[in-house]
Amino acid sequence: MNDMSNMPASKGILGLQNPQIEFRKDLFADERDENLNEIGKPVRRQDIEGHVTGRSPFYDDHLFEGLLHMRYVRSPHHHARIRRIDTSAAQGMPGVVRIITSDDVPANMNTLLSLLDFGLDDEPVLSDKKVAYVGEPVVAVVALTEAQARAAVKAVQVDYEVLPHVLDPEEALKPGAPTVCDVYPGNAFVYHGKYNHQKLRYGDVETALKSADHVIETRHQMSPIEQAPMETCGAIAAPEQNGRYVCYSGTQGLFFSLGTAAKVLNMPSSRLHFIGGTVGGGFGGKVDSIHEPLAILGTVLTGKPCKSQWDREEEMQVGAPRGAERWYITDGVMNDGRIVARKFTGYFDAGAYTRLTSYAVIKCVGHLPGPYTIPNVSADVYCVYTNRTPATAMRGFGVTGVDFSIEAHMDQIADTLGMNPIDLRILNAYRDGDMKAHRRTAKNCAFIECCQVVAEKAGVTIKPESKAASSMKDGGGERGQLPAFTATDENGRVEGFEGWSYAKKGGGSATTGSVPSTTTPTPASLPQTPQPIPQPASPAPVTPAPQAPTPQVQSPSPAPTASSPKRRPPTRFSSISGFRRR
Amino acid sequence: MTQVETVATLADAARQVVGGQISGDAVYLGGGTVLMRDVNAGEGPARLVRTMDPALREVRISGDRIRLGAGVTMAQVLAEADLAFLHPVARQIGGPQVRAMGTVGGNIFAPHPYGDFAVALLALGAQVTLAGGSSGPGRALDDILRDRERSPTLISAIELSRPQAGAFGFLKVSRVKPKGVSVMSIAVHTPQSAGRIQGARVAWGAMGPAPTRSVAVERALEGGTLDTAAIERAAQVATEGLNPPTDAIATSWYRKEVAGVHLKRLLTSMGGR
Amino acid sequence: MAKKPVSFTHNGVETAAFADPGQNLLEFLRRGVGDLTPKYGCGQGTCGACTVTVDGEPHLSCLTLAESVEGRSVGTVAGLANGATLDPLQEAFMDHFAAQCGYCTPGMLVAARVLLDANPNPSLDEVIEAISGNLCRCTGYEPIIEAIMAVANGSYGSAGRAAL
Repeated sequence: MNDMSNMPASKGILGLQNPQIEFRKDLFADERDENLNEIGKPVRRQDIEGHVTGRSPFYDDHLFEGLLHMRYVRSPHHHARIRRIDTSAAQGMPGVVRIITSDDVPANMNTLLSLLDFGLDDEPVLSDKKVAYVGEPVVAVVALTEAQARAAVKAVQVDYEVLPHVLDPEEALKPGAPTVCDVYPGNAFVYHGKYNHQKLRYGDVETALKSADHVIETRHQMSPIEQAPMETCGAIAAPEQNGRYVCYSGTQGLFFSLGTAAKVLNMPSSRLHFIGGTVGGGFGGKVDSIHEPLAILGTVLTGKPCKSQWDREEEMQVGAPRGAERWYITDGVMNDGRIVARKFTGYFDAGAYTRLTSYAVIKCVGHLPGPYTIPNVSADVYCVYTNRTPATAMRGFGVTGVDFSIEAHMDQIADTLGMNPIDLRILNAYRDGDMKAHRRTAKNCAFIECCQVVAEKAGVTIKPESKAASSMKDGGGERGQLPAFTATDENGRVEGFEGWSYAKKGGGSATTGSVPSTTTPTPASLPQTPQPIPQPASPAPVTPAPQAPTPQVQSPSPAPTASSPKRRPPTRFSSISGFRRR
Repeated sequence: MTQVETVATLADAARQVVGGQISGDAVYLGGGTVLMRDVNAGEGPARLVRTMDPALREVRISGDRIRLGAGVTMAQVLAEADLAFLHPVARQIGGPQVRAMGTVGGNIFAPHPYGDFAVALLALGAQVTLAGGSSGPGRALDDILRDRERSPTLISAIELSRPQAGAFGFLKVSRVKPKGVSVMSIAVHTPQSAGRIQGARVAWGAMGPAPTRSVAVERALEGGTLDTAAIERAAQVATEGLNPPTDAIATSWYRKEVAGVHLKRLLTSMGGR
Repeated sequence: MAKKPVSFTHNGVETAAFADPGQNLLEFLRRGVGDLTPKYGCGQGTCGACTVTVDGEPHLSCLTLAESVEGRSVGTVAGLANGATLDPLQEAFMDHFAAQCGYCTPGMLVAARVLLDANPNPSLDEVIEAISGNLCRCTGYEPIIEAIMAVANGSYGSAGRAAL
């Protein structure tokens, strides 16, 4: 049953019976070609010889004559207004080559998802008006040596007016809470221009809860988690020839970084030569392009190679962690273990700026209610701003936190009913052909088989029906139908935001005579009309035509958008975040 | 920027850092495992003073009398078979690299939560010879540790006596093994005379601003043996007089909660010998 | 600020370069000498990515004053291979998936080589202790320990350094 013929004959150093990988080729055996050439074979990684000789070229493994070092003046406060920045003492210090403030940044906005038209610009590259988290960068100092840059950083005087701060997402949503991010008053990202949370509505949860035998509620909470890669984030930029700049980066998203740098520097991407892909551990923490734009700007302003790098303390404290999440799950459960309704309220702590959390929520809601067929599901999931370090991606981002909560919640149900937790899961598991809460048909399900293997490995006896269950049986039919009625609401309605247009943050940051407000962020190769959606190889049962965006009311918005061209939403993204009617 | 001066002998270094007082900007560099962190972070002193004086790395064992130069590393201690009673301590200081670099003298001045070797030395009643100091009895390590913030000193050697077999025990509590920083460490010395404990010394690490003795536990053990009742009495008063800190490793509350448990385990293991 | 000349033996080759005052050995090796193989992970002595040997003993180069290696011998992972012949530890690491991102690998290999030079037949506990000063965020350590044990157990011939 377990084919270990191709594995190294090792039991593992702890003498465990199980090998590192076990293939359950008995499961779904007729759905695969087992003539695999790479998977399961002990093939050496193509990059491992570089790793064992120390030759793999991480971004810092490049020598430059005259390399300059950048260090940052950072906010010591959770939340403060910047009254005055005085760099005069630092200017004259030994080794200081250039001091960079927000005025020097051509387009002082680093919000990755705005490149995809998802959300508004909210995060400055260097702050000049206020700081919203401890460690937020205000000034960059470029010097001949790292030690000299550190010394000069200490000599920069910033006059702060400390503001009240909020560190808890539910506190941040209460009326009267300090406004963390000026772009989103109320401290919540605005979804679809309409709501302060992402909604999932499927069936009628409130009615179903009333008829359930049990209503079971749980609350789960996690802290932010730091990815802590062995290699800290950073980038080195240098002048190349013909007006180009080369940038070596440890980023996980070379194209993200290229696009962001082009936007921030108001430079066509053809002038940027990005080299990367050798990353000393990322785990999601190297997707925010914090260093590249500044390293290149340092090079532009000094004419010399420039390195921007976090030391370990910065990596841990300033570097974006996986955001904390808090989950309230309420289930309506029948005595026999069937879950008839599931309600989620979730809070993603984005920290002081959006980064990728707005997208994490979208991804998360697409995942709910977990691998279970539940006829009534609702979710309100918030992307909340607090004065904590801005969060970003990490391993299974958007999903692992809620999955933990769901599975802990399932165990709570089992406990309440006195039911075997694996039997409970198999009973409620989705099967091929079932309709999922985000209105797509389930296929290639394997959760039941996972549960059966877990029971076998853990020595847990499950009911005969559970042992006989299969993802390929008993799905579809009535279970494959959409609910006859879905309760919707206008809770959390927000006014003053447009659904789709790309807006700049208002204010004086973009001053250095370079960015006219009508400039699009990337070269004018972007189509003005929606492209047809590429069809997936195995088409979904229902493939609706791309939805034309409904005409938006031009309501007053925080940023001046009157002169911005009306842009159609990118259709690829709209298929995930839009509210589809079936 | 940190300037570095290398001088020939420790006495020369003592002159640079001014007989017993660190003169503001000059600090003595031993193994570097604590000081270089500050230098790397741009928080280092203006001047580092170091010496290649070979006397600092001397290990002199004469019967039961042991003299360790302040520059003796943990690795050197581990390489000396005659210092086997100190091996359980030295072995748990850092990892192999830190043990090759970190010195006995440096451990005495290492800030919380470090300094586990100093905890052991304190329990063993070690004496310290100051740099540039005259010959004669050294100063008690107790005084050096107590005054290390207010008036730090430059030491040249540590002297101690080999404990009776089975009379010395050490336990380091950390979350990560084998190498992890201390939640706390405990050193116990219970020399016996005519079958009774006489001159008990008990020291705690990471339970205060510096390695510190526990008078209450010493009193509970003094004059008796390591039987169950004595161990129980000792555990009861484990944290008397201690005000452990809260830091990233553990809270004050946690340290107080588990101190007695770990003390009991250590004393029980010693009692069984 | 005057730089200090430092003469030392680097992977068996007599070398000299200039160190900034207060510069650590890691930065000196990387930028002064051009040996990019030891890595910066923390600058605080907790991660071990900067591990090198000084006179055969394992040291954290980030906490070592560059000028303190004057007249001494320094070894990095670049010195493990013998020409084109890799150290058996390097071969074992490749076979056992003992590296993923590769950033901790130079430090791990130096620590492992120090162990096997002193003790060609270590126990499991001794292997674990030998790399206890080196953090890895990718592999979970077991593949690394297995690779070292495989060399120690003779799966790669002698546990000694690479022969020509």
